[in-house]
Amino acid sequence: MSSSLDTSASASAAQLDPARIAAAKKGSWRPLPLISSRKLRWGLNLAALTYIVLVYYSVDINWARVAQGFDRGLNFVGSFFTPDFVTRGGEIAVGLRESLTMTFVATVIGIALAIPVGLGAARNIAPRPVYFFCRTLIALSRTFQEIIIAILFVAMFGFGPLAGVFTLAFATIGFMAKLLAEDIEDAQNEPMEAIRATGASWLQWINYAVQPQVMPRLIGLSLYRLDINFRESAVIGIVGAGGIGATLNTSINRYDYDTSAAVLLIIIAIVLMSEYLSGYVRKWTA
Amino acid sequence: MPVKYTDNQPIWMQRTPRQQYAIWLGWFLGVMLFLLCFKVISDNTIWEFLTDAHVQAASLIGRMVPPDWSITGSLMLPLWDTINIATVGTILGTIIAFPLAFLAARNTTPHPALRAFALGVIVSSRSINALIWAILLVTMIGPGLLAGMIAIALRSIGFVGKLLYEAIEEIQPTPVEAITSTGAGNMQVLAWSVLPQIMPAFAGITVYRWDINIRESTTLGLVGAGGIGLQMNAAINNLAWGQVATVFVLIFSTVIVSEWVSAKVRHAVI
Repeated sequence: MSSSLDTSASASAAQLDPARIAAAKKGSWRPLPLISSRKLRWGLNLAALTYIVLVYYSVDINWARVAQGFDRGLNFVGSFFTPDFVTRGGEIAVGLRESLTMTFVATVIGIALAIPVGLGAARNIAPRPVYFFCRTLIALSRTFQEIIIAILFVAMFGFGPLAGVFTLAFATIGFMAKLLAEDIEDAQNEPMEAIRATGASWLQWINYAVQPQVMPRLIGLSLYRLDINFRESAVIGIVGAGGIGATLNTSINRYDYDTSAAVLLIIIAIVLMSEYLSGYVRKWTA
Repeated sequence: MPVKYTDNQPIWMQRTPRQQYAIWLGWFLGVMLFLLCFKVISDNTIWEFLTDAHVQAASLIGRMVPPDWSITGSLMLPLWDTINIATVGTILGTIIAFPLAFLAARNTTPHPALRAFALGVIVSSRSINALIWAILLVTMIGPGLLAGMIAIALRSIGFVGKLLYEAIEEIQPTPVEAITSTGAGNMQVLAWSVLPQIMPAFAGITVYRWDINIRESTTLGLVGAGGIGLQMNAAINNLAWGQVATVFVLIFSTVIVSEWVSAKVRHAVI
């Protein structure tokens, strides 16, 4: 029995090293570790430990203040069970309407602009200079958080939902164009060659060879981005770019946690709803 | 396939007239909704501000270039804080998300009620941006790094939990059956058949979230939760756009580096 094991071990020596087999015979078998190199494994562990010690000594936390805040934290959790939709109902409704319209308009504009950028950022169909230009645009849009962009746009366009629309549209370009470009790069080459062989123009080529291959994913991603944009629209209001974020921020600053809880519950409910809806639409279009 | 006759010539059509009209109606309603939404926004916008937007933009960029490099040295400690917020936040969030994912996965959950609870926690955490968690935490436990770390952790729970429970639901059932047939207990089945299958995905998800958290933690300072955002906020309030530009350049390079690290690690484990 043991000899047969040994001969098979020579066939795949990498998996069956003798020490492991000996341990297995003694009944103390262990699965293969995630990181196979022992040096790297211990190096990573040591680095993690050093990092934690370093953080522990470089971060100073005012524990007395934290303990003070614990009551407020409990208050806030408690207010989730007594949300107040009514007292500030008008403000919530206005903020919500602004958030929803902002989300929709920004997503439509963002996707409309992301499609040409995505085409330009796909290595297999775009010329080099266009490729680099579009990739730079995507990197810029993806690096900076929506809130930073919102600060700049509020400075340029003034307070109000228009700055929010531009912010969300700009963020949508980076997100959609990157994923669209990756999808186009992964697309099958045969249909593209076939359509090109018929003597189709560039637009016809995109429309009949590329577009059908990426459309289902594009629809799914658009719905996902709609969802993200709604969540982000709750944030950019903090810096004056309109939407329900302003209402939320005011209520938190007033320690009016019942209203904040109501706003948060509405956001959660809408995100949940859109998740179910996008599940249906994706099944329907795929 | 539907055929249309023009002068007794058959012409193949892609869709029936009914489908054609349905699609047209869909586009029509979509455009109407867009215009309606745009009207709401337009009503709430002061369009006069837009007439000098290009002047504003030009002066903003003019004041940002060249960046004020003299403050780079004083930004290093806040940058270190930002990275700490992201890293510790990711670790805390992952520690909570890991058991939650097992409760939320259909094939490992001990009880449907627990599954519903875990899914509820995951959706709530995912719906609310880290910045909102940070505002809440700053009013509760005071401004500082801890509020930022907990905010990042709370937001990470949903993300890591969702992707991890989907990974658990997609595991192969055969190893689970094999381990179960040896007479292993529930925990042993999890440890020896489920865990090895999801470990690579888990490592990838965690590093991916860490990369996102680096981006998010750069802005937490805007609401007082520590990190480089504090300096950015101060510079913006002083209208010192040269300093703001320096912060932007630092954020940009940090994010590029973290994205590179994350891509390398994910490439190695998947």
